[in-house]
Amino acid sequence: MASEASLLEPVVNATLILAAALTLLAGYRVIKGPTVPDRVVALDTIATNVVAIAALFALVTGEGLFVTVSLVLAIIGFISTIAVSQYVVEGDIIE
Amino acid sequence: MNTIHQLVVAALVVVGGFFLLVGTVGLIRFPDVYNRMHASSKAATLGASSILLAGFVYYGPQGAGLTSLVGIVFLFLTAPTGAHLISRSAQKMGVPFFGDEARWPREEAEESRSD
Repeated sequence: MASEASLLEPVVNATLILAAALTLLAGYRVIKGPTVPDRVVALDTIATNVVAIAALFALVTGEGLFVTVSLVLAIIGFISTIAVSQYVVEGDIIE
Repeated sequence: MNTIHQLVVAALVVVGGFFLLVGTVGLIRFPDVYNRMHASSKAATLGASSILLAGFVYYGPQGAGLTSLVGIVFLFLTAPTGAHLISRSAQKMGVPFFGDEARWPREEAEESRSD
């Protein structure tokens, strides 16, 4: 595997490092963001970046299971975005 | 796995990393919550979808590759929905626009009626 994937592996590794650094940079907007919707948008971006990181990890290790992990992370990010955007307006989620 | 296959996967991964970079820089640099939501919901979703498409090319049309296609469809369905909900809650909270060129359409109609 290592001899076959000689071209693919450095590209995927570099993109993995780039995506991890971008996730850390989006944490700046979570901490600094002036309003609550700014923080929700930044957390949504972090969730999208983590989906991409899981898919890249599936490419770099050759384990197809991590694609399923990225799908589950996408579902969790969507549900948490809906829940928080409902909470900041209504004050509660389930009446 | 031959060279062309590897080249296609590497090109899709590079395109995905580029769009993730554009989306996160837009999230940090734009002045307004609506502009930031635009950058993150379009560009970052395109980046993640391109990387999942690279997973589909890598794994083929069965098993994990099919799961990658389901992930692309899920991201394209849920990212606009989530962005719409966040912007709607920001408007209900009264988060203002950056600058005074942009307005909500209903406010403009009320102002022209009162004039």
